Amino acid sequence: METHQLHPENWVDQYADYLFNFAVSRVSNAELAKDLVQETFFAGLKSAKNYKGTAAERTWLIAILKRKVIDHYRKINSIKGKAEVRMTYSSQNDTDGDWLEEQVADPFSILENDEIENEELGLAIQECISKLPKKQSLVFTMKTIQGMSTEDICKELGINPSNLWVMIHRARTALMSCLNQNWFSI
Amino acid sequence: MISCDEAAIICNKKQYKETTFTEKIKLVMHLLICKTCSRFSKKNAELTSLCDKARLHCLPEKDKVLMKKDLRNKI
Repeated sequence: METHQLHPENWVDQYADYLFNFAVSRVSNAELAKDLVQETFFAGLKSAKNYKGTAAERTWLIAILKRKVIDHYRKINSIKGKAEVRMTYSSQNDTDGDWLEEQVADPFSILENDEIENEELGLAIQECISKLPKKQSLVFTMKTIQGMSTEDICKELGINPSNLWVMIHRARTALMSCLNQNWFSI
Repeated sequence: MISCDEAAIICNKKQYKETTFTEKIKLVMHLLICKTCSRFSKKNAELTSLCDKARLHCLPEKDKVLMKKDLRNKI
């Protein structure tokens, strides 16, 4: 099996946005999510010697982040933090066929899945963005996610608009082929 | 008539609503006759709607720079 190694110097460039998206969808607060990502990196650094190299770097960091999110909910002593799963086996409809499956949410309803699917989609896009060359991912992020104007981006990066559009084009084409298999309906 | 490269650039601008009226006309004319570009245009629009749907977030570049600095201090 392939063993992985940690490269903490690349963490911010490669995983910060990915982890941040993951955290934001769980704590719904950008400032707090940022702190959790920061803490995750520090914790990762601290326990780097325990990293066995069996999981990919990102998977390992996500696992730490998940603990951080849970710790956060415990610390603020929220209902979410105290949550546990309870099941009541109803005695009234204890007849043939009426079993747990029929008591849970409708599996064919598409509404509840939307949120989860969108989160998966977000992480998939983020993963594809992180595979782009640095400059392209920067321009694409500024334009698409931060919604900055062409003029501002050009000024900040010292490029001209036609440079920008060429980079956007390359980024978009790369993203299309990266997301292709799973996410496009056409 | 415009080339496919030009059409692609206009199509990308369209995703950010930055096309001028003449550019729009040029693009529509091109898409009528070019199958490859109309496929690209459809996919490009779908990528835009995927990005919208995912409600992506990202850390501002200056936060990342700070984070990198903090992390480097601890390595």
